[in-house]
Amino acid sequence: MLLIHCPYCDEPRPEIEFGYAGEAHIARPINPDDLSDAEWETYLFVRTNARGRHFERWRHVHGCGRFFNAVRDTVTDTFERTYKAGVARPGEADSWTGDTGGIV
Amino acid sequence: MSAFRLPGRGRIDVARPVAFRFDGKAMTGAAGDTLASALLANGVHLVGRSFKYHRPRGLLGAGVEEPNALMGVDRGPGRHTANVRATTIELHDDLTVETQNRWPSLGFDLGAATNLLSPLFPAGFYNKTFMWPRSAWETLYEPAIRRMAGLGKAPHAIDPDRYTARHDFVDLLIVGAGRAGIEAALAASASGERVMLIDEQPELGGKLLANPARWDWLAGALTRLDDAGVVCLSRTTAIGLYHDGFVGAVERLTDHLPPATATGPRERLHRIRAARIVLATGAIERPLVFADNDRPGVMLASAARTYLHRYGVAVGKRVALMVTHDSGYQVAFDLAEAGIGIAAIVDSRPDLDPSLKARASDLGLELIPHAVVIGTHGAKAVTGITLAPLGSRQVRKIACDALLMAGGWTPTVHLWSHGKGKLGWDEALGAFVPEGEMDRVTCTGACAGAIDPGHGVHAEALWSPRDPASFKAFVDLQNDVTARDIRLAVREGFRSIEHIKRYTTNGMATDQGKTSNLNGLQVAAGALGNTAPQVGLTTFRPPYTPTTFGALAGSAKDALFQPTRKTVIDSWAHAQGAVFENVAQWRRARYFPRASEDMDAAVARECRAVRTGVGMFDASTLGKIEVVGPDAAEFLNRMYTNPWKALAPGRCRYGLLLGEDGFIRDDGVAARLADDRFHVTTTTGGAARVLGMMEDYLQTEWPDLDVWLTSTTEQYAVIALQGPRARDVIAPHVEGVDLSPEALPHMAYAEGRICGVPMRLFRVSFTGELGFEVNVPAGHGLAVWEALWAEGQRHGITAYGTETMHVLRAEKGYIIVGQDSDGTLTPDDAGIGWAVGKKKLDFVGRRSLARPDMLLPDRKQLVGLLTDDPHYVLEEGAQIVDVPNAPVPVPMIGHVTSSYHSPTLGRSIALAVVAGGRARIGETLFVPMADKTHRVTVSEPLFYDREGARLDG
Ligand SMILES: [Zn+2]
Repeated sequence: MLLIHCPYCDEPRPEIEFGYAGEAHIARPINPDDLSDAEWETYLFVRTNARGRHFERWRHVHGCGRFFNAVRDTVTDTFERTYKAGVARPGEADSWTGDTGGIV
Repeated sequence: MSAFRLPGRGRIDVARPVAFRFDGKAMTGAAGDTLASALLANGVHLVGRSFKYHRPRGLLGAGVEEPNALMGVDRGPGRHTANVRATTIELHDDLTVETQNRWPSLGFDLGAATNLLSPLFPAGFYNKTFMWPRSAWETLYEPAIRRMAGLGKAPHAIDPDRYTARHDFVDLLIVGAGRAGIEAALAASASGERVMLIDEQPELGGKLLANPARWDWLAGALTRLDDAGVVCLSRTTAIGLYHDGFVGAVERLTDHLPPATATGPRERLHRIRAARIVLATGAIERPLVFADNDRPGVMLASAARTYLHRYGVAVGKRVALMVTHDSGYQVAFDLAEAGIGIAAIVDSRPDLDPSLKARASDLGLELIPHAVVIGTHGAKAVTGITLAPLGSRQVRKIACDALLMAGGWTPTVHLWSHGKGKLGWDEALGAFVPEGEMDRVTCTGACAGAIDPGHGVHAEALWSPRDPASFKAFVDLQNDVTARDIRLAVREGFRSIEHIKRYTTNGMATDQGKTSNLNGLQVAAGALGNTAPQVGLTTFRPPYTPTTFGALAGSAKDALFQPTRKTVIDSWAHAQGAVFENVAQWRRARYFPRASEDMDAAVARECRAVRTGVGMFDASTLGKIEVVGPDAAEFLNRMYTNPWKALAPGRCRYGLLLGEDGFIRDDGVAARLADDRFHVTTTTGGAARVLGMMEDYLQTEWPDLDVWLTSTTEQYAVIALQGPRARDVIAPHVEGVDLSPEALPHMAYAEGRICGVPMRLFRVSFTGELGFEVNVPAGHGLAVWEALWAEGQRHGITAYGTETMHVLRAEKGYIIVGQDSDGTLTPDDAGIGWAVGKKKLDFVGRRSLARPDMLLPDRKQLVGLLTDDPHYVLEEGAQIVDVPNAPVPVPMIGHVTSSYHSPTLGRSIALAVVAGGRARIGETLFVPMADKTHRVTVSEPLFYDREGARLDG
């Protein structure tokens, strides 16, 4: 069972306190009407399905209730880091120096 | 003392005899025996029949690797455990075991005829033989297979045992208490860290227990660990290793005790989180693959050593050995020194270690180098072997009553693999060993490949001069997979070891291939013309050994399986004799039968009461969310399809919630309490989901909105009063609210007091009648309910349950999200397009409503159905077709979503979704059922009070 570092509570907590919430960094379009059907379909349904580093959302459901983002390796199922919602997408593991909110 | 028990040897207590029953026969062993050692002491080798061919089988091993000796253990009603290895059953008084997979008896098994028919059971025989015709599967093949094959029987009675669980947090967890594990614990014991050492066996020591020279050291080490406060758990199997230092382990608490004296929980699941983990799980000896290597009496050399030293049992009186690895010699020497006759040591290698040769010579043992066993003899036990020099047909027979195999060692890397640890091929060992690093986890001892002593050679199967088609050389004893099966699979085109495994079932039995995986891999590699590391190993998955469902479930069963949520009015309903149903986690009154009423009669009476007088309904389970803040109206406007900004305080609105895909997710009425405050209701089952969805948008899409969300579901009891006389019931008890239709019309909201307590009053209706929903603080709910109930007696008030609620709303065509909708229905499909704010520029799901697929005319739309036969109530979920008796497959154009007898209309009614349904109103469609096809007429989904005049009462 994973330990997940909640960037809001700032401590590692067991996986069962969390809920998975899909891929991260897919912002809802400000004006959905501006999107073509194909673009809207992409927003709705097309996801990365990454092999390796995956940006995803989690919610500390049975804790503080906050949604946050994470980088998880889908091959090893290990967390590289978690970070607060609204923080920019981190780059490669060694080049990113943003606010991790605490690395797992 | 029995003929096979060796006086003065073993760690058992022969002074304490233990009586047990084996297939109904009374036998005696000694305290400290396993069932396996006790059977061997009684001279019993035949302990089971094989899975596919029903061949007689004996003990192969002495531990959890045992593939053959699977027993059913009976500890009383509901306490039958199937497929327990005899090698892990601790002998105790009143132990009752039965062999499995034999009929009528172990000695005489009719199923053994399958052995003669074995050409019919090649690799993949399930896939090949039983393909056609399909009907024969159910009537012929499956029952036959289930009777003939298969292992133990599952018990039918409910398991009366209790199971418990605990969390452990340690600095260091060591799995395996053999030499390496104990040394790791000793090294850490002075550090002051929390150290835990667990082992699956009843006694700590691992293979040291089969080495009397180390017993003094072992005893001293365990004392030191105890003194140092190391937590040592025996009978505790680490079943799985997971991320971040998490190990699941099952501790067996009572199975080793006589049933009459066993108290407390049967097993305890340890959820262990460790900062560091040392895997000292040892290694398992490999059998050798040769003709008839499955005859009772053919066993692992290391097992014979364990039986000798740990249990004081001789596995035979004249024992032969087939070795390809040095470790077999020590076993031969130990047996010889114990006075057991050694028939011969057959070694496939031409050049032997001079010191081993010298020692064998000193002990007078016949050593036959560069030769292999090519067959065994005997019926239900081995009586002799045939051997041949490698490459020669000059065979020789030797009499023996046991044949020991020393084929080298396979490190027990299962837990390492659970943690996704990498494996590397060790050519010297002929096995995979842990490679690279893993967070928190290290391996030590034999598990890490540090196998001692000696070396060996590793062949896929022993060479034989015989026609391979003329014999069976088993690789997987538990699933009856032979080397030929694996080669056949390769000839048939299988390349991946994962596919070969599944096609042949090699390594897929309850032992998960502990003794067969490596040999199966070697055979496959040989057939593929590849090396073993190129072919690769199949994946190990938890659990390491079979685990009871009880241990995994723990206390989460029966009433504790999940919580039952009860409203504050539940006790009243219970006292009234309500029949309950579960809705999400809630227990809700379904109907309130009087005297001998059945459900139909009770529901008919309750429905009439609401339509003609007044009914009372506990609606407390409705989800409630308080949406507060300066941007509350803006937030709801973005979430729901409806417009909220213009809704005046004191007014309610039906709210419809879509997913971003445009499909209906939830609905409910919301009231505006003040400019910055809404009381939003959700469906009973959707409350948590809706709150989560709102939080998601608020936190991540619109964090700029100043809104707070609070679940208030359990803060309020909700009493619905529905019917023409509803107002009369509450009026005498309400203060501060003008209840007149003019002041409080349909869909109005007011705050005041009722029965002296604060009240939020909704004038709403889910029945089509004049209705009020009285929200009071939950603590006052029961008192208010009882006061209104007493008041209502003058008006013939009737309590009604969810069934009546369903019927009444169906008469009005009000949908229930999740019943009439299924995640593919748009507002227009559901006929509630009016709830979508046409002037709104955006809300969740709006853009999707304009997608081309959403505008197709043949989308499934909500309609009513009226059966030709007014007494027939359609089955919910029944499929609807256009043309009866059309050729199969008949195109299905929709299905029934809600169906009831309507007491109000005196006939059956149904709601359904039908492709292009609204354009079909008035048409005849058909609902084919098993007995007959029912004609139905499509109608509007509204059966009563079309104008809605009754709402305005
Ligand atoms: Zn948190």
